[in-house]
Amino acid sequence: MTTSTTLHRRVSYRFSWVGMIGFTIILFWAVIALLAPHIIPYPVGEIIDEDYFGPISSKLLLGSDYLGRDMFSRIIMGARYTVGISLAAVCLACFSGAALGMAAAVIGGWFDTLLSRLLDALNSIPSKLSGLVVAAAVGSSLPVLILMLAVIYTPGAYRFARSLAVNINTMDYITVARTRGEGIPYVVFSEILPNITGPLLADFGIRFVFVVLLLSGLSFLGLGVQPPYADWGALVHENIGGLPFGAPAVIVPSLAIASLTISVNLLIDNLPKKIRDRSR
Amino acid sequence: MVPAISNFSGKETLLRTYVLGLIANRLGSSALTLLIVSFAVFFATAMLPGDTATILLGQAATPEAVAGLRAAMHLDEPALLRFGRWLFGLLQGDLGISYVNNVPVADLIGARFVNTMRLAGIVTLFAVPLSLTLGITAAMFRGSVYDRVVTVLTIGIISVPEFMIATSAVLLFSVYLKWLPALSFANDVTSFWQVLRIYAMPVITLTFVVSAQMIRMTRAAVIDTINTPYVEAAILKGASRWRAVLLHALPNAVGPIANAIALALSYLVGGVIIVETIFNYPGVAKLMVDGVSTRDLPLIQSCAIIFCVGYLTLITFADIVAILANPRVR
Repeated sequence: MTTSTTLHRRVSYRFSWVGMIGFTIILFWAVIALLAPHIIPYPVGEIIDEDYFGPISSKLLLGSDYLGRDMFSRIIMGARYTVGISLAAVCLACFSGAALGMAAAVIGGWFDTLLSRLLDALNSIPSKLSGLVVAAAVGSSLPVLILMLAVIYTPGAYRFARSLAVNINTMDYITVARTRGEGIPYVVFSEILPNITGPLLADFGIRFVFVVLLLSGLSFLGLGVQPPYADWGALVHENIGGLPFGAPAVIVPSLAIASLTISVNLLIDNLPKKIRDRSR
Repeated sequence: MVPAISNFSGKETLLRTYVLGLIANRLGSSALTLLIVSFAVFFATAMLPGDTATILLGQAATPEAVAGLRAAMHLDEPALLRFGRWLFGLLQGDLGISYVNNVPVADLIGARFVNTMRLAGIVTLFAVPLSLTLGITAAMFRGSVYDRVVTVLTIGIISVPEFMIATSAVLLFSVYLKWLPALSFANDVTSFWQVLRIYAMPVITLTFVVSAQMIRMTRAAVIDTINTPYVEAAILKGASRWRAVLLHALPNAVGPIANAIALALSYLVGGVIIVETIFNYPGVAKLMVDGVSTRDLPLIQSCAIIFCVGYLTLITFADIVAILANPRVR
C-alpha cells in the first residue's frame, strides 16, 4: 500500500530501526491483549469514580468514562477485542483469499473467470457499506463480525494472491510438476505458495490495518462490538459525549488504534527487502 | 458515438473504434458489476433471521394478521421473484415504502441526497486544488524534507480511522481554539456566516481524508512521469526543475492525475458515513445509519444502492480516463 521512499533500505534480512519501533509496538499490544485480565487494576464493569469523564490521576491512570468506570482497564480489555477480532478475521480472509487465488491461477479457464468476476464485483461494494448492510440484516454478534470482516476482505486477498500466482504459474518448474502428474493441491501448496510467501505476509499486514480501521469505524457507529464488550472503536462511541471537555476517555482509545495501525504500516514499509521486493 | 470524419486516415478511425470498444467494454462490465452488487445487497438483507412481517407486527400479532401482511408485502413469493420485482422498481425510480414510517423511501431520501451531494461537492472543490499543489510539489522535490513531511503526514492520515480525524478537528477547532461549534448541527441557519460555520467541520474532516489519498496518488503519478527519459533530456538540456515538471512532465501526467482524483474521491463514500453521523449532518449516510438501528430494510437497500452507484461511477470514470489518457490508444 505505502511505498515511502524516506528510508534507506539494505538488501538483507536486517530491519531498519523504524521497522523495529513498529514491531515493538505491535508486540506490546499483542502481549497486553494476551495478558489483559491479569493487568487490569479494576474490573471493567465496575463504577469506581463518582465523577464521569474524570481526569488522569494517580488512582485512575487514564481517567474515567461516561459512567465513572476506569478507562485504563477498559482500554486494556479493549485491546483483546480490537486485536483478537481483527486477527481472526484477517487470518480467515487471507487464508481463503490466497487459497482461492492460487487455485484460480493454476486451474484457469472458466473457474478463474467466474470467480474473478464475482469477487471483483463484491470488491466494488465500499467496505463500510457492506458492514452497515450486514449489521442491519443479521445484527452484530462477535462471530458475525469476524465472518463479515473476513468476507469483506477476501476479494482483495484473492486478487493479490492470484496476480502473484499467475506469474509463478508460467515458470518451467510448474510445467515439470504438472507433466509429472501432480495434482492441483500439490502445485498450489508445494510449488506456488513457497514462492509468494513473503509478499503474502506483507499483504496480510496491510489487510490487518484495513480490518482494524473498518471494525473501529463500525464500532464507532455503534454497529460493531456491542456492550457489555467494548473494543477501542466502541470506547470512542460510548464516550463521545466527553469530546467537548477533551476527556481522555475519548482521546486515548483513538490514540491506541492509531498506534497499532501506524505501527503495522511502519513495519510493512520497512520490511527487509528480501521479503517485500517481490510484492511490488 | 462520434461520427467518422472523412479526412481521418483509416488508422485513426480504427484506433477510435478500438478506444470506443474499450470504453463500451468497461461500461458493460460496470453494469454487470452493479447487477451482482444489487443482488448481493438484496440477499444480504433478505436473509434476515426471523420473519419481516412478524418483526413489523410484533410478537403479539395473530397468525392471520402476519399471513395477511406477508401476502401484501409479497413476502410469500420466492426470493428470486422478489429480487426481480425490487430491481424493476428501482429502475423505474420506485425505491419502496419505509417499514418504519410508511413513507415512500424516495421522499425520505430526496432532500438528503441534495445535502450529501452538496457536502461532497464542497469537499471536492477544496480537496482537488490542495492535493494537486501538494502532490505535484512533493513529487518535484522528491526526497527533500518537505516531501518527507508530506509523505509522513499522508500515511499518518490514511492509517487512522476517519472518526479520529473528525474528533481531532473538534478538539482543535472547538475545544482548544473555540472557533467553531462542537458536534451540534444547528437547523436555524440565517446568515451565510452560519452556513460557513456549520459546513466547516465536516468539510475539514472529509478534505483531510480524501486529500491524503489524492496527494499520495498524484505524487506517484507525477514521479512516474518525471522518471521518463524525455524529462531527463529536458533537464540535461538546461531546463529548470519548474520548467521540466510544469511544461514537460505535467501534460503527460494529466491522465494519471485525473485517474488519481476520481479514485481518491471514491473514499468520500466511506468518509461521509462517519462524518455525517458524528456531525449529525442531514444527509443520505446519516439516514442509512439511522435506518440500520431501526432495521428499516427498504431504506437501507436504497441507500446502499445509491452509494454503490456513486462509488462505481467514480471508479468507472477513473478507468475510462486511464484508457483515454494512454497515449498508445489516443
